[in-house]
Amino acid sequence: MNDAPQIKPPPKAKSTLRSRLAAVWDSDLAWNFRHSPVAIAAATTTLLIFIAAFLAPWIAPQNAFDPGAVRLDDGFLKPLEVGSTGITHVFGTDSQGRDLLSAILYGTRVSLIVGFASVGFSMVLGVSLGLIAGFVGGRVDALIMRVADVQLSFPAILIALLVFGVGRGLIHPTQHERMAVIVLIIAIGLSHWAQYARTVRGATLVERNKEYVQAARVMGRTSGAIMGSHVLPNVIGPVLVIATINLALAVIEEATLSFLGVGVPPTQPSLGTLIRVGQQFLFSGERWILFFPAAALIILALAVNLLGDWLRDALNPRLK
Amino acid sequence: MARFVDTFVSAIVAGALISGLATTSAEARAIKWARSGDALTLDPHAQNEGPTHALSHHIYEPLVLRDHTGKAIPALAESWALTADPLVWEFKLRKGVTFHDGTAFTADDVIYSFERARQPTSDMKSLLSSVDTMTKVDDHTLRIKTKGPNPIFPSNLNDLFVMSKAWTEKNNAGKVQDFKAKEENFSVRNANGTGPFILVSREPDVKTVMKRNDAYWGKGQVPLDITEITYLPIKADATRVAALLSGEVDFVQDVPVQDIQKLSSDPKLQVNVGPENRSIFFGMNVGDKELKTSDVKGKNPFAEKKVRAAMNIIINRSTIQRVTMRGQSLPTGIIAPPGVNGYTKDLDVIPAADAAKAKTLMAEAGYPDGFSVTLHCPNDRYINDEAICQAAVGQLATIGIKVNLVSQSKSIHFPLIQRNPPETDFFLLGWGVPTFDSHYVFTFLYHTRTDKEGGWNATRYSNAEIDKLTVGLTQETDLTKRNQTIAQIWKALQDEVIYIPIHIQTLAYAMKPDLEIPVDISNQPKLKFAKVKK
Amino acid sequence: MIAYILKSVGQAILVLVVVAALAFSMFRFIGDPVANMAGQEASQQDRRELAERLGLNDPVPIQFARFLANAAFGEFGMSYRQGRKVSALIAERMPATVELAVLSALLATGFGTLLGVYTAIRRNSWGAHIVMGISLIGVSLPTFLIGIGLIYLFAVELKWLPSFGRGETVKLGWWTTGLLTPSGRASLIMPVLTLGFFQLTLIMRLVRAQMLETLRTDYVKFARARGLPESRIQFRHALRNTLVPVVTIAGLQLGSVIAFAIITESVFQWPGLGALFVQAVQFVDIPVMAAYLMFVAVVFVVVNLIVDLTYVLLDPRLKSSTAVVGGGK
Repeated sequence: MNDAPQIKPPPKAKSTLRSRLAAVWDSDLAWNFRHSPVAIAAATTTLLIFIAAFLAPWIAPQNAFDPGAVRLDDGFLKPLEVGSTGITHVFGTDSQGRDLLSAILYGTRVSLIVGFASVGFSMVLGVSLGLIAGFVGGRVDALIMRVADVQLSFPAILIALLVFGVGRGLIHPTQHERMAVIVLIIAIGLSHWAQYARTVRGATLVERNKEYVQAARVMGRTSGAIMGSHVLPNVIGPVLVIATINLALAVIEEATLSFLGVGVPPTQPSLGTLIRVGQQFLFSGERWILFFPAAALIILALAVNLLGDWLRDALNPRLK
Repeated sequence: MARFVDTFVSAIVAGALISGLATTSAEARAIKWARSGDALTLDPHAQNEGPTHALSHHIYEPLVLRDHTGKAIPALAESWALTADPLVWEFKLRKGVTFHDGTAFTADDVIYSFERARQPTSDMKSLLSSVDTMTKVDDHTLRIKTKGPNPIFPSNLNDLFVMSKAWTEKNNAGKVQDFKAKEENFSVRNANGTGPFILVSREPDVKTVMKRNDAYWGKGQVPLDITEITYLPIKADATRVAALLSGEVDFVQDVPVQDIQKLSSDPKLQVNVGPENRSIFFGMNVGDKELKTSDVKGKNPFAEKKVRAAMNIIINRSTIQRVTMRGQSLPTGIIAPPGVNGYTKDLDVIPAADAAKAKTLMAEAGYPDGFSVTLHCPNDRYINDEAICQAAVGQLATIGIKVNLVSQSKSIHFPLIQRNPPETDFFLLGWGVPTFDSHYVFTFLYHTRTDKEGGWNATRYSNAEIDKLTVGLTQETDLTKRNQTIAQIWKALQDEVIYIPIHIQTLAYAMKPDLEIPVDISNQPKLKFAKVKK
Repeated sequence: MIAYILKSVGQAILVLVVVAALAFSMFRFIGDPVANMAGQEASQQDRRELAERLGLNDPVPIQFARFLANAAFGEFGMSYRQGRKVSALIAERMPATVELAVLSALLATGFGTLLGVYTAIRRNSWGAHIVMGISLIGVSLPTFLIGIGLIYLFAVELKWLPSFGRGETVKLGWWTTGLLTPSGRASLIMPVLTLGFFQLTLIMRLVRAQMLETLRTDYVKFARARGLPESRIQFRHALRNTLVPVVTIAGLQLGSVIAFAIITESVFQWPGLGALFVQAVQFVDIPVMAAYLMFVAVVFVVVNLIVDLTYVLLDPRLKSSTAVVGGGK
């Protein structure tokens, strides 16, 4: 992989780009996408949520991460009420007087960062280990797959709980607030890599014994190059599907960890933290504090899941 | 599969039936009592912990009891007094008391139990550390000699339960539960006390059933209307409130503050509210040269009294009370709860919120732009602990103090405070005063940290004069003089602003309307006092 | 074959030891048990003595060796929180969790297969779309929200079902069951639904995908060409071929059912191992945490072993080349 995509000199960037775009447009995947209203709706929703979340600092009525901007006096305002800072709180405020819409925008951003980063982390880790296990075989393979077993025998949430504990123990207290997100990423990421490793290893085992790989070997190409150019493209489909579904899972898992009290600090909430706080008000009447973050989480997870579903069907050649 | 579905259908029908069973109101009845945690053990000397004592109080009894207002009342001791020798206390024990197994209660049982509580593995031993010798005068008279004069010795006895010597020895439970032992101690799940209720069955963390002791000595003196108690720990707040709303339990002890209003407005329920003997406050590292968690290097902003005064002003207790606590707290200016000997209205001064003045103080102290610091906060110990910290973070931000909030489980939070040296610069703590005396506050929270004193003082505050006066309190037998010293210490300490008091925690008990269970100031409701209305 | 089994068992034991070692090295970061065990009045000296008595001052490797030596005999010491034998605690709590997990797994596989087959066969019907939609919502909701939502609806508003606990249980030897009493059965419904829902949707989607693939294979086409009735093709041929991987996955998911039981049990105050573990974490009850993690590892290793062996039995080709199966599942 280190030498996988050899840098090709880009002679006519423009036309290459255009022709590439055209090729993408004409591809089966794109065609399939254009003819699936569900996929379009899901993709649009996902995209809108992503944009809104990443533009949060510019479009949110209030900086939800600045404790100084929040007035405790404005706590528990109903949706559409106007607070002392002059902001119309479209979704109301939470128990700390924080504008819920802003909190959701900022919170979605945290959730997405945790989701993307942990999926990326587990994907890189799992794919690399899977390739190595499948290609090198023997003791290395046995070792990696046993470690994967150990990982799977520790349910994801347990791993996350333990990593969280260790992380907090190792990190200097001044860094806690900032590090919480990174610890979460590692915790959730570590609990999912085995899936990728197993998938990629399986595919590698199949490819390894095919004639063309044997031929490439005979021709003296290195294992790394073979993995990069022949095996990887074959596993990209299933890996992408796992990744998409895991993105939704990671966002939910982060919420669950928050529920168990080991998520990000409440001063920099994620969607999960907002839901954990909100569920305290289910019986007391301020249901909007739970409803809006929960709705945001469900819509996000639903859209990403739909996209993953569609991707799986579309990439499955036998379903066409 | 068909059977499986069948099972489910019949279960749904059964569930519908459950809710149909309405509890009938009578003058005496069984109740289901839910709170967030279970007693850890029934061994009365193994764990010095609130919920554990709360359950034990129904089966076992101490010599001296606190009623729900905190007043000391006779229990197994009918009276107690200092003898001519200022080191010797004499307790007149109640006659005609029997344990649940029928054996008579005598002074031997008390001596045996207190000796058991003084074992190294006992968690109650520190309460008896001042005891020198115990002598039985006759079956119902006991003399306890203390190592030095101890004018408030009986206040230590409120949670020291008396076991039957014969029963304990017979069941080989003489040694307090030891965690290195190979076998479970018999007294962990079995009990034989003199209390108003008899243990019927116990499944830890699930259910404990007790029935009324009809041979109870106090019959006729206390209502004793409850015929049977089913004690049910329900940890999740939402589930506990749901169990009350659905009528599955009669009495919920830990009602989340946000649900109080909704529950009080329910005609099928009532909520009793009252203060707990516990204050909530922030502590700061005032002693170190430099704060580990601050961006200010070379000096310690908390060492500056003006900074502490500014923080004391800017933290708005009434807003925290109104919003964060939903009105369910008593804002305070002193960390000793009212009812504790030494508390006075004059000491309990809450500074008026004045942003301009706070900013001026910060500038005068040399921090016009503020500084950063990490606040450690528990998230599973006090009522809305994390939300209180969060509110303070917001208010401190207005004078430029940038607070990193770290909220975590009490198992991680408390060691930060207890370790030597402490590992926190700024922390939230709550403090109950079981002896109802200021000395308890001074010795744990203000005294210089040593091996024996200052165990919870993570502020690094060290004042030789205060230490001397605090230790002197234990020797002083003249109560008037002693109270003067207490007042003198408080005056000096209040001026120093070592802690920033926030409020006195309020307790809320929700119950069916036919029950009358007053809020207990130590949060240990004693159901022998509960009444069932017609 | 015997060599293969021996090898699997050997690896399984290795996995267990690694799990134990990992768990052990992490405990001290969770918190300090002494803080919870010593009362408010305990002095610094009392705390030091308690830590000493618990052996917490020994180096971690020594603590671990001690733990392993005891664990080999099924002894996990005394719970710091309750002063009771951990082995007794685990035995006491296990029936509740097993009952919950097995019923949820049955619910998930049973309904999951049924709905999966339905959505595959009637791929474009309205019913299938609705089922798929609901399943997606199921995957998109955190378990704790489903639980709280169910409590709110069925316990508080409708008052049909109890909101917490197991109801009345019946003792059968050391085992306890809620299946034999009406209140026990009623108490099972919501926790089983909460725990099983996620797995149900997972298995349903898996069955659907497998079924769709199988229906496109040559031999199904051939069977069609032969004029066999469609229902017979679907159930005799397609479903049978679908079920093998499904059973495997369902087996492997048992581990995650037990993990999610932690949350379900916390929400419903279900007196099982998951709730025991959460309380152990909060109290830093090291012996209980260690025993629970070993329990989870044992369950997983046993399930894995059975799955491995089933593979060997189902696929004769693997009998000779066992190496491939080693971690392949």
